[in-house]
Amino acid sequence: MELLSNLAIGFDIALSPYTLMLAVIGCFIGTIIGALPGLGPSNGVAILIPLTFTMGLDATSALVLMTSVYYGAMYGGRISSILLNIPGDEPALMTTLDGYPMAKAGRAGDALVLSGVASFVGAFLATIGLMLLAPMLAQVAFLFGPAEYFALYLLAFATLGGMASNNQAKAAIASCIGLGIAMIGVDNNSGLPRLTGGNMHLFDGIDFLVAIVGLFAIAEVFFFIESHGKNTSIGVKLEKVTIPVKDIMESGWTMLRSSVVGFIAGVLPGAGASLGSFLAYMSEKSIAGEKGGFGTGVPKGVAAPEAGNNAAAGGALVPMLTLGVPGSGTTAVLLALLMTLNITPGPMLFTERPEVVWGLIASLLIANFVLLLMNVPMVKIFVKVLSVPPWVLLPGVTMISFVGIYSLSGSYFDLVLMVGFGALGYVLRKLDVPTVPIILGILLGGHMEDALRRAMVLSGGDWKFLFSSGISITLWIVAIVGFVAPMFLRKFLKKPQRITD
Amino acid sequence: MASDRIFGAVVTLVALAYIASAMQIQSSFMADPVGPKTFPILIGGVAALCGIIVALRPDPDPEWPVLATFGSLAVAVVVLVGYAYALKPLGFLIPTAITASILSYQIEPRAGRAVLAGIGLSVGLFLIFKFALGLGLVPFPKSLTG
Repeated sequence: MELLSNLAIGFDIALSPYTLMLAVIGCFIGTIIGALPGLGPSNGVAILIPLTFTMGLDATSALVLMTSVYYGAMYGGRISSILLNIPGDEPALMTTLDGYPMAKAGRAGDALVLSGVASFVGAFLATIGLMLLAPMLAQVAFLFGPAEYFALYLLAFATLGGMASNNQAKAAIASCIGLGIAMIGVDNNSGLPRLTGGNMHLFDGIDFLVAIVGLFAIAEVFFFIESHGKNTSIGVKLEKVTIPVKDIMESGWTMLRSSVVGFIAGVLPGAGASLGSFLAYMSEKSIAGEKGGFGTGVPKGVAAPEAGNNAAAGGALVPMLTLGVPGSGTTAVLLALLMTLNITPGPMLFTERPEVVWGLIASLLIANFVLLLMNVPMVKIFVKVLSVPPWVLLPGVTMISFVGIYSLSGSYFDLVLMVGFGALGYVLRKLDVPTVPIILGILLGGHMEDALRRAMVLSGGDWKFLFSSGISITLWIVAIVGFVAPMFLRKFLKKPQRITD
Repeated sequence: MASDRIFGAVVTLVALAYIASAMQIQSSFMADPVGPKTFPILIGGVAALCGIIVALRPDPDPEWPVLATFGSLAVAVVVLVGYAYALKPLGFLIPTAITASILSYQIEPRAGRAVLAGIGLSVGLFLIFKFALGLGLVPFPKSLTG
């Protein structure tokens, strides 16, 4: 019954008119961000963090606002997938496979409503799962010492690099870039500057927000300049929107199964929502078999990835909140938000600041209902957003990024650094080097080194201490398997590429 | 092929330079067993190794844009860096209008619409930031308004 009393605390906070208003605003902005091609959840949340910070919201309010944006963006991603065949974000890629054919067959409205309901089912079940699993995992997390944390951080990099990228060596390079950047600045233990090259601006280190906004938002602008904003406008018309009750009923089990698959994929550190929607789609495809007609525009093919994707988004919050290890690119950005707000995620968060955790969970539940209402009857409003031309949108995004970063420190140095990260992000993405591990490296680098150094202080410099407990050995094994196994599985589990007309 | 070989070589060189500068980190007298050098050197080592692997086993080349596109990307970078320096001394409105127009023109080369987009974004965003979010932005150069 502890769960219920905790939930009561949460709803007490989440149901205050002010918090409720923030949740609604967050959902609205989030859905728009998700729907806009080229602005995914990671970019969107990253650009908004500095602004929330300057608005002077307290920790819980800021967290409620940003997680509503996060959930909203997950819902919104499907709109451009279905209507334009352009995934609004990476996890929505799978939705294009059946969503776009369905829209071309004149059932765009049905596909949007069905995917909205599937998103709701996935996100709702995942939030329940988060509620049940997170406190249990928080208990386990108390057993973690520095050696275990070091192995856990390694596991996050290994699984992220192993599963989410096409080339292990490049993913490892990306992680090293991030970790290397995290080392810059004054060393916590000795108080001496490291790797600053004598530049005073670097003594505080490089702010992760500068890197995130540069790598995600500014790099996107360069991509649009390269493509001249092509392949954005061809779309399918949306006629009238009705509720396809029959399709929803028939996809019921699909949604439930996909939610479970997606949630599990989300909980694995480093795997995230893309893997969730992928696994959900693939497993439903094999259950349906040849006759299922997946890929030709069947309702189940729309429901499965959307339920999986949104369930994974909820699942990814579990390791983020309990262990401080994000499960996806966007949760990495949410972790950045927590760090900006001076909240340290981890088991202590559940005992010391229960109002933050349970307020967050309660507002996620509320946000879900708000999003269902917004995304089913009001979906036409968001479809209008798609007609914002890129030559207005992208300069706008750039300017918002500049103001956000400028408002953090008021120095031109951070802005120049951000442009530098944008250029770096462009080159790296061209070379198929994933950028999420860089973010993760910058965020976790300091903690990872601290864990290693504290472990060595405890053991007096004996390296075997890193492998001394059952938990840490397991984590090391999973890390190595997670990094190496995809090399051999890649032949069998080929990522489906985008279909083109 | 060539891109990845160059990339791998650059990563290896940068990683070696990183290790070299990590060697220079001063230790304090009360150092812990690991010290401030070890972890950076470890990272540099892994990066150098992976750089060599990428250089030896390159992926197929990506589709690089033509030279003219590279030119406009370089222009975009220069404009953005200039904007970063101009924002403080020149106020928000004028640099933002100019930068947004240039970026808009680069995405879709129609001068009239680009200028309109630039001015619209500059004024619109200023109003939102100043009055809806309450950020302390300076609209014009200080020397003009006194």
